[in-house]
Amino acid sequence: MLSFLPRRLLQLIPTLFLVSVLIFGLQQLLPGDPALVMAGEEKDPEVIEQIRKQYRLDQPLPMQYVYWIGGVLQGDLGESMRIRQPVSQLIAEKLPVTLQLATMAMTFALLIGIPAGVLSAVKKGTAWDVGANVFALWGLSTPNFWLGIMMIFLFSVQLGWLPASGYVSPFEDLGQSLAATVMPAFVLGNAIAAVLMRHMRSAMLQAMSADYVRTARAKGLHERVVVLRHALRNALTPVITLGALEFGTLLSGAVLTEQVFSIPGFGKLIVDAVFNRDYAVVQGVVLVTATVYIVLNLLADVLYVLVNPRLRA
Amino acid sequence: MNATIEPGGVAATKVDAGDSPGRLAVRAVLSRPTAVFGGVVLVLVALLAIFAPWVAPYDPLATSWAAVRKAPSAAHWFGTDEVGRDLLSRTIWGARASLSAGVIAVTIAVGAGVPIGMLAGYVGGWLDAVIGRLTDAMLAVPFLILAIALAAFLGPSLGNAMIAIGVTATPIFVRLARGQVLAARAEDWVEAARAVGNPPARILLRHILPNILPPVMVQATLAVAAAIIAEASLSFLGLGQQPPAPSWGSMLNTAQRFLTQAPWMAVFPGIAIFLTVLAFNLFGDGLRDALDPKK
Repeated sequence: MLSFLPRRLLQLIPTLFLVSVLIFGLQQLLPGDPALVMAGEEKDPEVIEQIRKQYRLDQPLPMQYVYWIGGVLQGDLGESMRIRQPVSQLIAEKLPVTLQLATMAMTFALLIGIPAGVLSAVKKGTAWDVGANVFALWGLSTPNFWLGIMMIFLFSVQLGWLPASGYVSPFEDLGQSLAATVMPAFVLGNAIAAVLMRHMRSAMLQAMSADYVRTARAKGLHERVVVLRHALRNALTPVITLGALEFGTLLSGAVLTEQVFSIPGFGKLIVDAVFNRDYAVVQGVVLVTATVYIVLNLLADVLYVLVNPRLRA
Repeated sequence: MNATIEPGGVAATKVDAGDSPGRLAVRAVLSRPTAVFGGVVLVLVALLAIFAPWVAPYDPLATSWAAVRKAPSAAHWFGTDEVGRDLLSRTIWGARASLSAGVIAVTIAVGAGVPIGMLAGYVGGWLDAVIGRLTDAMLAVPFLILAIALAAFLGPSLGNAMIAIGVTATPIFVRLARGQVLAARAEDWVEAARAVGNPPARILLRHILPNILPPVMVQATLAVAAAIIAEASLSFLGLGQQPPAPSWGSMLNTAQRFLTQAPWMAVFPGIAIFLTVLAFNLFGDGLRDALDPKK
């Protein structure tokens, strides 16, 4: 463990460096003079000159990167061209909203995916198994923005049970906050539940055929104890780590879900920025997302080693 | 297939006439009802897309103020949209955008990813290290977010959406091809090909490539499913097919604004995406099981 962590941390550096180069390179894709494009509608020469100075566009490309990454390392992700606010501040405002949505979505995914996977493995070949697999295929094939629209139609337009859009902070009104986020969280968690179900099923099938499960059965233990205490406990480890990797899907999905439900989070921030040609915000959001994702991958690896005694030596 | 050891100690394999690996795989796919269902749906959607001008009952762009937001009827099976365009015709034409986006994006990803991955796996050393780190970096950005960022900087259009999705999916194929080549490189037949004096390019193209194709095909089928969802997502956000040209994603975008007055506008494009993606997933799963050497 002691040698594993520093090695893994060292591996992060080249990856993070290349991610930053990649994201910086995005602005090279802009057709024509980036300053002109970034200035948007207003072609005021003064504004263009200011952008050129601010982004040091008159300097050679490697120097531009050095200035940019120097700022990023000090927490300066640039300024939003439209709202005239630091990008880091915008992200800090929106991130908690998406985190609330992501946490609720993951809760849905675990509550649906794990039991469905266990059931399908334990009752392999029965109607339960078929049902769980159909559910998984449905979850993997349904675009979540369409599911969102259909749920709005059913629960907001037809039944009038839940608000169709908007967001309330849980610190303001917990009940209203949950009412506003339950649908988007379900939509977001649905696809991940399907992935978790598939992982859980195969991990459970493997565990159920292991020697220790046969031993537990031979001891005369109740089948429920065998499944829950012996097989599930061992099968859960890889699934939890794989679940952490699904966080990337969650962030991707949040972009669309937040758009459908008009939730002012991280995803809506990047979409609005794209349409306002607010490129600094786009770059900032992508950079923060990638960093969060890389750190989560690291945590998943560490978690895997921690809960698996055989790897700890 | 039965393997028997003959007296001389040489393993001989009894193979029925016509049992090539390809035929075995086709038979294995055909024995799976879900895979057959997926395949049939795919063929149908492809035919609709190809023959859209003849199959679609109306011009997908023709507006009619006399038929604004009409519910499904005998004249308009899927109803009409907010400017009176026939939704069935638009859904049929939308298959063109979705299928071509899915297939072209994955072709870009396979065309770029497989050669790069094969090179990395075969050459090894610093080249492999650099390509490996680059792949890691691209995979570190969630799929759709990278595609959105690329599409945003390239500018909104269906062509750019295809490029963005293709580039984003490339590292998956780099990694797959590299792993397969590493595994193949250690095999005796590659060693033998090298010992006979074949140049590396010939070994890669004639000996290794045919052997790594099955997993690439499986991954490509599943990637088309993901690419179709990605294209629909980008079009839904306004970064793909531009109006008034029909695409399932942009039709859903418009539909959301008329959910109370014309819910059918949101139903059919969604079902079309769902069925197509489901078909690719079912077919890909069947193909994977059929080509799995462990079975």
